[in-house]
Amino acid sequence: MSGFTPASSMPIFVHRSRRGAELVLMILAVAVGIGAYTAVGLGVEGKIPVDIVGYGTWLVVLLVAAHVGVRLMAPYADPVLLPLVAMLNGVGLAVIHRLDLAAGASETDAFARQQLIWMTLGVVLFLITLFLVPDHRMLQRFTYTAGLGAVVMLILPMLPFIGKTINGARIWINLGPVSFQPGEVAKVLLVICFAGYLAVHRDALALAGRRFAGIDLPRGRDLGPLLMMWAISLAILVLQRDLGSSLLFYGLFVVTLYVATERKGWIVVGGLLFAGGVFAALTLFSHVRVRVFTWLDPFKYYPVGDDGVTSSGQLVEGLFGMAWGGMIGRGFGSGEPWRIPYANSDFIIPAIGEELGLTAILALLLCYGLIVERGLRTAIVARDDFGKLLSVGLASSIALQTFVVVGGVTGLIPLTGLTTPFLSYGGSSLVANWVIVALLLRVSDQSRRPLPTAPSDEDLAAEETQIVKLDKGALNR
Amino acid sequence: MNRPIRTLSVGCLILFVALMLNVTYVQFFKASWYNERGDNRRVTEEAYSQQRGDILVGKKAVATSVPSDGKFEWQRSYPGGKKYAPITGFMSYSYGQTGIERSQDSVLSGKDNKLFTNRLVDLVTNSEPAGGNVELTIDPKVQDAAYEGLTALGEDVQAAAVAIDPKTGQILAMANTPTYNPDRLANNDISAAQKSYNQLSKDDDEPLLNRSIQTALPPGSTFKLVTAAAAIENLGLDGDSKVYGGASLDLPGTDVNLPNLNGTSCGGEQITLTRALEVSCNTAFGQLGMELTDEQMQEQAEGFGFGQDYLDDLGPLAASKYPGNGGDKAKQARAAIGQQDVIATPLQMAMVSAGIANGGEVMKPYLVDRVTSSSLDVIDQGNPTAIDNQPAVSQDTAEILTDMMVSTVENGTATAAAIDGVSVAGKTGTAQTTPDRPPYAWFTSFAPAENPSIAVAVMVQKSGTERSEIAGGRLGGPIAKAMMEAAIS
Repeated sequence: MSGFTPASSMPIFVHRSRRGAELVLMILAVAVGIGAYTAVGLGVEGKIPVDIVGYGTWLVVLLVAAHVGVRLMAPYADPVLLPLVAMLNGVGLAVIHRLDLAAGASETDAFARQQLIWMTLGVVLFLITLFLVPDHRMLQRFTYTAGLGAVVMLILPMLPFIGKTINGARIWINLGPVSFQPGEVAKVLLVICFAGYLAVHRDALALAGRRFAGIDLPRGRDLGPLLMMWAISLAILVLQRDLGSSLLFYGLFVVTLYVATERKGWIVVGGLLFAGGVFAALTLFSHVRVRVFTWLDPFKYYPVGDDGVTSSGQLVEGLFGMAWGGMIGRGFGSGEPWRIPYANSDFIIPAIGEELGLTAILALLLCYGLIVERGLRTAIVARDDFGKLLSVGLASSIALQTFVVVGGVTGLIPLTGLTTPFLSYGGSSLVANWVIVALLLRVSDQSRRPLPTAPSDEDLAAEETQIVKLDKGALNR
Repeated sequence: MNRPIRTLSVGCLILFVALMLNVTYVQFFKASWYNERGDNRRVTEEAYSQQRGDILVGKKAVATSVPSDGKFEWQRSYPGGKKYAPITGFMSYSYGQTGIERSQDSVLSGKDNKLFTNRLVDLVTNSEPAGGNVELTIDPKVQDAAYEGLTALGEDVQAAAVAIDPKTGQILAMANTPTYNPDRLANNDISAAQKSYNQLSKDDDEPLLNRSIQTALPPGSTFKLVTAAAAIENLGLDGDSKVYGGASLDLPGTDVNLPNLNGTSCGGEQITLTRALEVSCNTAFGQLGMELTDEQMQEQAEGFGFGQDYLDDLGPLAASKYPGNGGDKAKQARAAIGQQDVIATPLQMAMVSAGIANGGEVMKPYLVDRVTSSSLDVIDQGNPTAIDNQPAVSQDTAEILTDMMVSTVENGTATAAAIDGVSVAGKTGTAQTTPDRPPYAWFTSFAPAENPSIAVAVMVQKSGTERSEIAGGRLGGPIAKAMMEAAIS
């Protein structure tokens, strides 16, 4: 195991806790969040929002709580992650509020208000996660439980009564007044499951196999887990019509498998299976074909295609909005982002591009890039295999999700429905992503924390020898 | 496991760089492509709701933008109303723009490169880009005379009048009947505007048409000016030359003859060319048409602008045509008196008069006198140019034709246009159409003959007048006279 390198073989770099740096960055993040909210009020309504004090206080309380929680429970955690997430969440809230104003939403049914409630829940769960998981290695015990939990979560929306189809995707469950996407929880559980399973089985998957064209290909019998994940992904695609999640889960597995085994062969095999799956989906399912056609030639389907049904309206309005925004954007209140259907969820990036411009989008993408970078850095410094694989999985989930949704709405790849992490309106996604950050911080804290110094011989000599009498129970424990 | 993690981070870097490059492509490099698409509602609505520059006649705006409380910030308004509708056109939410609103759109909306420095100032001072103003060449007095004269013809009339300055090509008046109220089409109440448009576009009298440039009809006897010009240029005739003046002209290869309108001779077997024009003698000009070749006639017609697209400031322009007759003498004879397949717009016939008035040189007609920025700096100025390098007729020919036209007003069919104390040159026309509908009445003239400042054409396509009373002089003459008086006084 590469985790426990003997301390004497190289000089130990002792990480500082850097909580002060985190606090400074948090203040900046809060300033961005509240500033954006104020800018929305000034731009759209011409005045500072009346609830700015209440809103600002709430945001500050939440983020201070998160920061203090990290200080107390994960003092050596990465100092950049939390401020980045806080900033994204703040900008997201402001933009959702701006879209609320455009839609004329009233105080009570406003999406921004609900999103703030979800964010509160997210921060609470963030703190609970840090509290309940003092050491990420304990999660390894739940490898198969997590896997089972993920499968259950994925099946839930398929069940009668509680399952619900929204916009053609059957990925929702009804919990009284709120709808929830259990797939978002499944995402976190799957990452834990992959990391736990691969941390144990990586040697078997890595060593056996034959070499072909310079690449080590795995043995046929080891393909089992990969094939199973592939099948599950396809099942999601077929049964739930959720292209985005299907892609995300499969991608996560292949990436984790590759890192665990250090063998590019898995990427090749995974890629071939992916290509096969894409081909099959294109041949069999019209809803997949439509996504590809509208991507290849959006204007053929704008406002509707020749069949009178297929429309690329959302994509094209998003592109129009971004082009309209140009370099520096129209400014809050001067764009027309309400033209983009679902601008507050999947299409929040074009809405931001329209009013805040290319500059803002690049800045946000940099933030996502930094989150991923901090996650992967955590993986590199992690001291145990499970920790490495867990942070790889969590960081990759953010990278993949960002790529799939931003690439989709900007026309780089076919459109698949996913939320933009932390920015988009969507409770399940926001809460799950806060938990992901909590887990990343936990691994990071464990890896950066100074190793307990081994007691020296002198100390040992000074110790008095004690005879401890053990009872039977203690021995058996 | 750190090696694959490093590889993975490079992979993630590639994904994010791909996203950034793509977003940059969409929002920067391809942005103008998206912004220029007609189906981009953001762009079309902004264009519609912005404050545009004024269209001015003299110092008065005939089209302007006024603040609006509704969905859009500005409402386009047309103080020029029906009188100026054929010129201003309209700007509508659903149907785009017409007229000057369309041809000068880039100036009025402020997007034109001529306004570049103003745009920079707007950018720096963060004020909304203001459109430039367009000053027209229209003389409001002449336009009034034209519009009042046309509306005086009564209901159920289709007619147009146009006037140009022969020396410069400036269009002094351009009016229509029936016409429309552009305010109703530019209404910010979109559904009301659509209703008005549907109503107007279904109207059989086609009020949305700018008949001065969009209706090309057989010009009838006014075309005899072109034939006379060709005869003087090519056959060496002058006003006193003798031409055939019999009651009827035998058309070779056909059973029919070409008669004069009243069936009598034009004052003898042989008459002067001046006399032939005075009484609008069909047989004389039919005979000349057979003596001239197709090519000579075509060249002469093209010299005056037939077959050319000379108007940049308004569109689309209906083409005036003198098609060849393939050597068929009968057709040539009928074409020579403005029948057969010859068609011309009122503007084209005004240009024939203007060319003669300007010593043979035909000036390119234009409507935009000056373009000024919102701060009233002159940015662009219309300047007179000839439509061709060489004149339509020589100076001598132009003088002969002028004398003949003056004589036509003084002694002939065009007396309705005579003005006391001013020598007026003119020519009437009555074009036969199908027997079941009345002929078209034409009139074209210019004044003062010795130093012309205005050339006019009036065309009455349909009127309530009985068929027998149709004569270009009777319907068009008084309108032309009023327009010329307005210009000279």
